[in-house]
Amino acid sequence: MRILPLGDAGLLIELGHSIDPATHARVRSAFEALAGAEITGVLDIVPAYTGLALHYDPQAFGGRSSVDTASPYDQLRRAVVDILDGADVRTQDVAQTTVEIPVHYGGEYGPDLEHVARQAGMPAAEVASLHASAEYTVYMIGFTPGFPYLGGLPASLTTPRRASPRQVVPAGSVGIAGSQTGIYPLSTPGGWQIIGRTHERLFRPEMNPPTLLHIGDRVRFVDVSDA
Amino acid sequence: MIGILRAGLLTTVQDLGRPGMQQHGIATGGAMDRSAHRIANLLVGNHESAATLECTMLGPELEFVEPAILAIGGGDLGAMLDGEPAPLWCPFAVQRGSVITFMRPRSGCRAYIAIAGGIEVPVVLGSRSTDLIAQMGGVEGRALRTGDELTSGPLSAMAARVRDTIQAEPRRARSAGRSLLPRHAPEPVVRVIRGPEHDRFSAASRELLAADSFVVTPQSNRMGIRLTGPALCLAGLYDLSSSPVAAGTIQVPPSGDPIVLMADHQTIGGYPRMASVISLDLRVLAQAPPGLRIRFREIGIGEAQSLYLEHEHDLRMFSEAIRVHYSS
Repeated sequence: MRILPLGDAGLLIELGHSIDPATHARVRSAFEALAGAEITGVLDIVPAYTGLALHYDPQAFGGRSSVDTASPYDQLRRAVVDILDGADVRTQDVAQTTVEIPVHYGGEYGPDLEHVARQAGMPAAEVASLHASAEYTVYMIGFTPGFPYLGGLPASLTTPRRASPRQVVPAGSVGIAGSQTGIYPLSTPGGWQIIGRTHERLFRPEMNPPTLLHIGDRVRFVDVSDA
Repeated sequence: MIGILRAGLLTTVQDLGRPGMQQHGIATGGAMDRSAHRIANLLVGNHESAATLECTMLGPELEFVEPAILAIGGGDLGAMLDGEPAPLWCPFAVQRGSVITFMRPRSGCRAYIAIAGGIEVPVVLGSRSTDLIAQMGGVEGRALRTGDELTSGPLSAMAARVRDTIQAEPRRARSAGRSLLPRHAPEPVVRVIRGPEHDRFSAASRELLAADSFVVTPQSNRMGIRLTGPALCLAGLYDLSSSPVAAGTIQVPPSGDPIVLMADHQTIGGYPRMASVISLDLRVLAQAPPGLRIRFREIGIGEAQSLYLEHEHDLRMFSEAIRVHYSS
């Protein structure tokens, strides 16, 4: 574990180097321990692939500018080390919820399905059924509101990002980038290979929490192309 | 009510943003120059988190259907009240039918218009800030348009005292002390602390960041200030998985031109984080027009946080001084 500043109001905790289920399990248990500790002054806890960040208000730690006392960063760092030392750090993830996402594969909804199929050396229909047969884990939410980065893509579907990103990827687009798959909650520019689209709303600002998916959720895609 | 006769280049409703939402991929957002936003609010007797209008480069044209108390802070965009120069960093009264216009930017590029009572728009996920990416907050999640109408909220007891004092005796309006305000320099120095991947950069690039200067490009926006200068590069191949970033993070994409992340930054980024601009100096970048040349100076985390706490202390003292001023 490595802890270091992320600016003067952020603290970064690195828990590994590769994107894999064991690292994800460590990130998720650290996230739960830190969230459960409800540290005063911590405003955000942001889990990512290999670590997490705490964004905090330095005023909550000491509140004085005297240089001979420990800095807010040092105080928070100590608190974090104590919490994580006492926490039950898992190396295997515990599933919470499984969410099914209906997807129309190919056609106008999945303009890159044929490209992914050529890369994989299989018919487009097989790409769709393979993509819909796997179980995925939400490794993190980021990029745009509610955008899930999903681990668990079958290795044969690994496809590099598009050489030039699209100006507009419609909301609900399901894409592949390298060994990851994900869903665009909003219409934004993007470079992922788009293989299908869902009508599920991933970002729901009228709700709190405002996203359909959360870190650690299991996801299954359901092929509704013929429906 | 406030009528938007002309919207200006990019005028949005902003407050101090929506902390706590980054785990959902939602930017904290809020005013780019938080310090100016907070001071403008304090000047009219608002809580510092009340919503203001953030005006960018070319300000809007506003018509006041009712009398109001305003304060304008941040960059000097050439504000005029009914054809006469309007004060900066000092509250003033506008009458029924008064019009605020902006001539052209003189220094800085973002002005904050605070109105006693705050701009009243619905609170979305804890904030009135406009998030242009998520298209929420502010007025329908978008920048103001010509023809929009805004209302202000109820006055706090403090804001009512400011109003009564200024209406009875305009000269008693309390302005912001000079020590609170940033000094505009022709080539400002922006202080940074090291970022998580600082030691991944070549020795020559680390030297360049500290010694050379960088120019703000027109591609800068609320997500990030994009700079150009000597190309910064890694010492070798380094594969970084997407990791958390913060306001102030200086990330360096393969082009070698650094980007300083600002209020509407993504929560997670994939580029190496070479350094971080200290919170206090983000206001320098928020006010940096395209073409401005800046330099970076490295300080330690301890000094950065001392500066942070000092500025917060100064703001509290200022808030208290205003309270005392208007209660006598």
